[in-house]
Amino acid sequence: MSVLSYLIPISLFLGGIGLVGFLYTVRSNQYDDPEGDARRILNDEWDDHPKP
Amino acid sequence: MSTAVRPQLAACPGCVAAPNGTIEQAPTEARLALSLPSIHCQACISTVERGLNAVPGVRSARVNLTLKRALIEADPEVRALDLVPVLERLGFEAHELNLAALNATQTDQAGRELLMRLAVAFFASMNVMLLSISVWSGASDATRDMFHWISAAITFPAILFAGQPFFRNAWQALRVGRLNMDVPIVLAIVLALLTSLWETSLSGEHAYFDAALTLTFFLLAGRYLDHRTRAVARSAAEELAALEVPRALRLDSAGQPVEVAVADLVIDDHILVRPGGRMPVDGVVLEGQSELDRSLLTGETLPVFAEAGSLISAGEVNLTGPLVVGATAVGTQSSLHQLADLVAIAESGRSRYTSLADRAAKLYAPGVHILSALAFLGWYLFTFDLRVALNIAAAVLIITCPCALGLAVPAVTTAASGRLFKKGMLIKHSTALERLAEVDTVVFDKTGTLTNGTPQCDDFALLSPQDQQLAYALALGSDHPLSAAICRAAEQAGVRPAVVTGLQEVTGFGTEASYHDRQVRLGRAAWVGAEPGAKTAAYLDSGAGRAQALTFSDSLRPGAAEAVEALQKANKNVWLISGDTEGAVRDLAERLKIQHWIASALPQDKSDCVAELSEQGQRVLMVGDGLNDTAALAAAHVSISPASALDAARVASDIVLLGQDLAPIAEACVVAQKATYRIRENFRIATLYNVIAVPLAVAGLATPLVAALAMSTSSITVSLNALRLR
Repeated sequence: MSVLSYLIPISLFLGGIGLVGFLYTVRSNQYDDPEGDARRILNDEWDDHPKP
Repeated sequence: MSTAVRPQLAACPGCVAAPNGTIEQAPTEARLALSLPSIHCQACISTVERGLNAVPGVRSARVNLTLKRALIEADPEVRALDLVPVLERLGFEAHELNLAALNATQTDQAGRELLMRLAVAFFASMNVMLLSISVWSGASDATRDMFHWISAAITFPAILFAGQPFFRNAWQALRVGRLNMDVPIVLAIVLALLTSLWETSLSGEHAYFDAALTLTFFLLAGRYLDHRTRAVARSAAEELAALEVPRALRLDSAGQPVEVAVADLVIDDHILVRPGGRMPVDGVVLEGQSELDRSLLTGETLPVFAEAGSLISAGEVNLTGPLVVGATAVGTQSSLHQLADLVAIAESGRSRYTSLADRAAKLYAPGVHILSALAFLGWYLFTFDLRVALNIAAAVLIITCPCALGLAVPAVTTAASGRLFKKGMLIKHSTALERLAEVDTVVFDKTGTLTNGTPQCDDFALLSPQDQQLAYALALGSDHPLSAAICRAAEQAGVRPAVVTGLQEVTGFGTEASYHDRQVRLGRAAWVGAEPGAKTAAYLDSGAGRAQALTFSDSLRPGAAEAVEALQKANKNVWLISGDTEGAVRDLAERLKIQHWIASALPQDKSDCVAELSEQGQRVLMVGDGLNDTAALAAAHVSISPASALDAARVASDIVLLGQDLAPIAEACVVAQKATYRIRENFRIATLYNVIAVPLAVAGLATPLVAALAMSTSSITVSLNALRLR
């Protein structure tokens, strides 16, 4: 029984983090250009120096 | 911009499926947008962005590969027209987009809200499901009660947020005294929550929190699919509209042309329309002579002569000479717009068609409610226990709740529209697929639909080599479509132009030049002194005796012959109705083996003919592109227009053909039939499942576990069945 008292809150909390993360990505327009974002990682322009 | 060079939209639905908008790092307030139909890879993105950023005045540029668009933030003096050549030098086709027309797609607020509700419903249902599984696998007494209370604590706020679209719709329907699909949904959710709460407070065994949440989740998924399908079509349609940037050249008081937006024009403005330009307003020609292409408005392929005093209407294309036009009707008063408005009114008649889902819901909603009320009454009279009776009534409502119905239609239409989108067809109207499936008669327009609307020179090869060179040289002097056709024929035949001097265009008549001290002419019959024939022709006077006729015919659109043949094979009646002259129409009908054809049809004749066919009980599919077709497009059972059509025609049609190829039309009919078959099949699956599950629920045997299993099974079955369509 006692194990439940902390396992349930932990599982809810972890799930909640996932949910908040997803809502953040939706709000910050991260699904606008899935195709372009998938290709941009092939861009070697910033490989040697990080993006300013 | 010419209507011929329209970009092919992304070939896969995924490319335009995502919600639209600007990326975080992208220019927050893009001032300019360019459509880049040919970009496809990382190298393209880098080249375009680097190229645009190098232009002085451009602050930032970001490419959206999904939408094949570039958004640019730049100083006010930078114009999109300056950026297009930059990209063209880099090897990319670019078209200016009208940002005002695009604004609606910039942020897809509704889609985003649905997505968030979907995420919340998913999160809550997964957690509650974990707790429920523990209860089903044997948790008892205090543990079970605690799990139920935790479930309740998660479920209530989650449903309050996620279920809002259903609550709102149901309330709207009830307020005007109607029943829709959302009423039984809301009733089931609310009843499930209340009885579960009651049970929990009495430390009862059964709680339906998980069922209420999964129900919401599945239904939201259906809603989201439905929304996305339509958002894709809408954004693509808006992009088509945004490609036409309306600009006009207004003459100021000093007679100097100034570029202004068409929306700023007022009556009595003097407007300069250059050759190749489209008339922005209705008006009267004040100065200049030219020829007008009226094919989009009337279906005539032959240009019409215009001089001072001629009346022109918006949408006509000026072909040969510059014209100064005095505006008599602008904006919404122009004939073009008024026709579009008429069409919008005619279109509202379309909404009378009730979709299969609505028809199912009309039978379904009262049936379910009566059933659950009867179950309640029966059990109350049997046991005199309000708690048991209410529990069973709730179980009946939950089990019969239309998860499968709510998913069945959107899943099938999404799959079918996605498949058609890959072929280059855009489904605009939500019931278009169902209507397309019923079609048994197809009516085609000629100019611009079955044919390209661009003439093709038939007997260039019959000329002597010397005359060919001469004709080519003279044709180079004009932008007239017939001249352009001669140039194309000459280039194909590998002819070099003869060397002529003093080449000049006589507006409205043709071109003339001197060749070896002889006056040579290419143009109208009367002008070169020849007898005009029946066919579209230009006449070459090589200065030696009588003039020779060069005849033209309209070139077939790619896929036109295949489409007509496939439709006839599928036992559909094919008609050809055109505003063009009899000879040209008969010619085409014979070439395509179309038996029924009507020539010289006025717009009214076209819609009358469609109405007559409908009265005979035929379901008519109208395919047309011009303003003269819009009434017929709106009157037909379902309509298709190519992307090159006028805006008004595109608005009036249910389906837009994005590419040049016509062949997908026949296939679309087949896909539509398959889709409606799948929808009906899904309804049958849902009914079958209800036939099995409802007696269980009425008998009081439906535990929450049975409800969860039955609900998920039916939802997943109909979704998988829909995927078979892909």
